[in-house]
Amino acid sequence: MSEHISSVKLYVGIWLALLAGTGLTVLAARIDLGPFNTIVALSIATIKAILVVLFFMHVKYAHEKMTKLVIVTAIFFLFILLALSMADYGTRLWS
Amino acid sequence: MHTSPVTTAHHETHENPALLHHFATAEQQKNAASFGMWVFLLTEVMFFGGMFCAYLVYRYWYFGDFAAASKSLDWRLGAVNTAVLICSSLTVAMAVRCGQVGKQKAMVVYLALTILLGLVFLGIKGIEYRDKFVEHHVPGQSDFQLKEAIPRQPGVLANQQHAQVYFSLYFAMTGMHALHMIIGVGLFAFLTYKAWKGAYSPEYYTPVENAGLYWHFVDIVWIYLFPLLYLIDRHP
Repeated sequence: MSEHISSVKLYVGIWLALLAGTGLTVLAARIDLGPFNTIVALSIATIKAILVVLFFMHVKYAHEKMTKLVIVTAIFFLFILLALSMADYGTRLWS
Repeated sequence: MHTSPVTTAHHETHENPALLHHFATAEQQKNAASFGMWVFLLTEVMFFGGMFCAYLVYRYWYFGDFAAASKSLDWRLGAVNTAVLICSSLTVAMAVRCGQVGKQKAMVVYLALTILLGLVFLGIKGIEYRDKFVEHHVPGQSDFQLKEAIPRQPGVLANQQHAQVYFSLYFAMTGMHALHMIIGVGLFAFLTYKAWKGAYSPEYYTPVENAGLYWHFVDIVWIYLFPLLYLIDRHP
């Protein structure tokens, strides 16, 4: 089995990108963007999460399709949970 | 459980002692363990997802009160803790890499560093929790009081009930996250001991890899918790 071994350089690069993302999150929160503050914060968090999943958790190099299937399943059901709940609670005050 | 002589003989002839008899190859065994870990993480996504969903609903309903309560947290401590966790994710990734390339001593060092960073995180979290108790920001305290104005509405104090909903979610989410950290530190303490005894090699380091997946997942949860809890409507 040819297990992919990432270089130390790549890990350090991802680490620096994650730290930069944290700094960016704090900076962006101090600028008034109205409702876009939340969108920017969650976008940066999602980019950071994707970096962790792809490189630190080795999903980019996984031979197993099952791993990717599990991840897609997790995102899909989380989406159903959040989207349908908000479609209900978010519209209850409309009248 | 009984072992037939045939199976025992099979074990003895095989070059990899970590290969269990019900797997055909080491690769199959590793894939099965990895898949099991990912399915467990899927259940963890749904577990934390429920709390994120509750957070989302109340944040939408009580946005101003949530923003005011969020301002009472120290974002500096939250940011430092985010950095600490990111560093610990790097040390875990390096420990797994040590398993791949067979650097046993370096693996012990990286695992020990991970424990240390995990404890630093929990220590800072403990300080934050103590501050909340001192400031009477713990939901259910008879003298609960949040003297924080709603952002953009000068002079309007946050609704005390709604603020308690925020702090309930704050303690539930960071508390469950901290519990995961404590379990992770325990796991890594065990793995450090095993690695020190020389249990892991390029042929077998699955426990380190799976504990690493768990730790990275806990890191991802915090990556979302930090902006959602600490940085609601923060601009001056």
